[in-house]
Amino acid sequence: MLENYFPILLFLIIGLLVGVAPMCLGWGVGKVLGTNKPDAEKLLPYECGFDAFEDARMQFDVRYYLVAILFILFDLEVAFLVPWALVLKDIGSFGFFSMMIFLAILVVGFIYEWMKGALEWE
Amino acid sequence: MITLTHYLVLAAILFAISVFGIFMNRKNLIVLLMAIELMLLAVNMNFIAFSQFLGDTAGQVFVFFILTVAAAESAIGLAILVVLFRGLRSIDVEDLDSLKG
Amino acid sequence: MNIMTWSSLNAGVATPEIFLLCATCAILLIDVFLSDAKRHISYVLTLAALVATGCLLVAGYSLQPQLAFNGMFIADPLASLSKLGMVVGVILMLVYGRGYAAVRGLFRGELFTLTLCALLGMMVMASAVNFVVLYVGLELLSLSLYALVALQRTSSRSTEAAMKYFILGALASGLLLYGMSMVYGATQSLDVFVIAQKIAHDEANRLLTVFGIVFIVTGLGFKLGAVPFHMWAPDVYDGAPTLVSQLIGSAPKVAAFAFIMRILAQALEGFAFDWRSMLMVLAVLSLVIGNVTAIAQVNIKRMFAYSTISHMGFLLLGIMAATPGGYAAAFFYAMTYMLTAAAGFGLIMLLSREGFEADQIADFRGLNKRSPWFAAMMLIVMFSMAGIPVFIGFFAKLAIIQALVGLGLVWLAVIAVLMSVIGAFYYLRVVKVMYFEDPTDTAPIAAGADAKLVLSVNCLLLLVLGMAPDRLLTALTTALQFSLHPGL
Repeated sequence: MLENYFPILLFLIIGLLVGVAPMCLGWGVGKVLGTNKPDAEKLLPYECGFDAFEDARMQFDVRYYLVAILFILFDLEVAFLVPWALVLKDIGSFGFFSMMIFLAILVVGFIYEWMKGALEWE
Repeated sequence: MITLTHYLVLAAILFAISVFGIFMNRKNLIVLLMAIELMLLAVNMNFIAFSQFLGDTAGQVFVFFILTVAAAESAIGLAILVVLFRGLRSIDVEDLDSLKG
Repeated sequence: MNIMTWSSLNAGVATPEIFLLCATCAILLIDVFLSDAKRHISYVLTLAALVATGCLLVAGYSLQPQLAFNGMFIADPLASLSKLGMVVGVILMLVYGRGYAAVRGLFRGELFTLTLCALLGMMVMASAVNFVVLYVGLELLSLSLYALVALQRTSSRSTEAAMKYFILGALASGLLLYGMSMVYGATQSLDVFVIAQKIAHDEANRLLTVFGIVFIVTGLGFKLGAVPFHMWAPDVYDGAPTLVSQLIGSAPKVAAFAFIMRILAQALEGFAFDWRSMLMVLAVLSLVIGNVTAIAQVNIKRMFAYSTISHMGFLLLGIMAATPGGYAAAFFYAMTYMLTAAAGFGLIMLLSREGFEADQIADFRGLNKRSPWFAAMMLIVMFSMAGIPVFIGFFAKLAIIQALVGLGLVWLAVIAVLMSVIGAFYYLRVVKVMYFEDPTDTAPIAAGADAKLVLSVNCLLLLVLGMAPDRLLTALTTALQFSLHPGL
């Protein structure tokens, strides 16, 4: 019975190779071919030819994250809305009201985030 | 001619890369979130390939659901990340070590 | 192509779920408009919604399976009974956790709505007979649990636990989905019954299906916390607020059982030979590693985590038997374990107070002198978990072992018994600490009367059910009989 699992073993081995090989390759090739002679000028951040205004590693305001998270959540519903809109004529009132129920649940979420003040910047 | 096998192999490669991304990554939690996303996309590739070659649309509908759930998942992941960063001031995987035993 | 209509929807079958969804939305909206002082209104509403859902489940119970949502959703006895178990588990969590949550600033609307969402996810999991619905239910549960673990935002321990839980949970979902995609490719269907039929008629691609099963079992192993995919469990149980640990440790185990039954026992029944050997490996490893590692723990939440791992080993042994008796024994095990774990975590919560978690075994020193009632309740829980006769845990283990012996798998039964004996050691250590050591902590135990009353009933149930386990076992066996092969 074990030979049934041979393809799976093969898959795991190939998967291992595919996952690890590029990492080793990139590291190895970089070691062999690359030259590593850093100096102050080279390590300078590049900003359109003039001196950098500020450190590139600045932290984003945490509020950006909140907006981004809310955006991800509410933006993907379009994936359902577009196909629904395309076939609305064929699916009749059942299709229409199913989407309305879905949107009603979304609105509940929207009211919640609004009332919690997640949409206020200050 | 691109056959079903080509798609399956591509999906398997993406899947393998993402699993190794999860286990090998010791640096950054954001990379982990990206690996998770990649894994779900590999699965989507599988479903769409099967759906196309078997002539059955159910697989593509499943993909819609996986996409939306993946969005919700990354939203929760990012939210936990922000809370974690506030506490630890770091998003290094190696700093997640206060729980042991 | 069949066009869906309102009548083909047959939505009445899903009344409990629909009610719970509406109630969750309503509580979410009501809670936003409440001031902190009136938070108990949402608490009462949540409990009322849970009780009403339970009543709807009981009222709609029938042995005859009914399909709804164009064959994607089924209400059969397996689903109804496990849902009833989950509702009880969630009610217990809220009752025991009220005081605990209040002093830690967790007594918020999010706690209630996320818990209700998790329950909804579990109920959908139990009733789903289509891979899409199974996945959506599982994710609804998982996403709510990730957020619940991170609910205590000021504690870096719990956010770290949430992050670990999130990453491994997402990995598990990915593996499960990859397996599902393979099974879909092999059988051209996402419907549990159609897949079973195709496999029975030998129309499925064998290689692809076996491939899919490997990934599905791995994903399930991660979700259940079975060895070697258990590494998240102790950290999450330890880091999460205790009431969330209780939620993770109790009701979802019943949902996981129903989930496994749908995928492995119903859809992939024809490949039982393949998944049985995989489950056997997971079960034996879980039993050995879970029990042996639990001995070394000083933190009682971590000890419970490892003990859960070993209990999941038992559960998997029952499913592994793949006979009606084995399935029924596993169902019995899941339900009774849910009750026992709820009481165990409940006790930790009732003993804790502001700034004190009561999560070390040493915190239970001399409990008998401080409060004989608490010590007696803990004694019952520990005896039941250890599988000492008269208590319910014993009969759960016995049923599993009987199923194994009936199949001639005596060596597995011997391993299971040996590991239970090892397990008894660390449970009895807690009892020893409670009764034969002097208390170091003399603060009075402030537990609400309601929680104490419910806990007494819960623990008495462990004892009473243990004296007459046959009725429950027969009920579960009949339920499974009507559910597994519904000639729809």
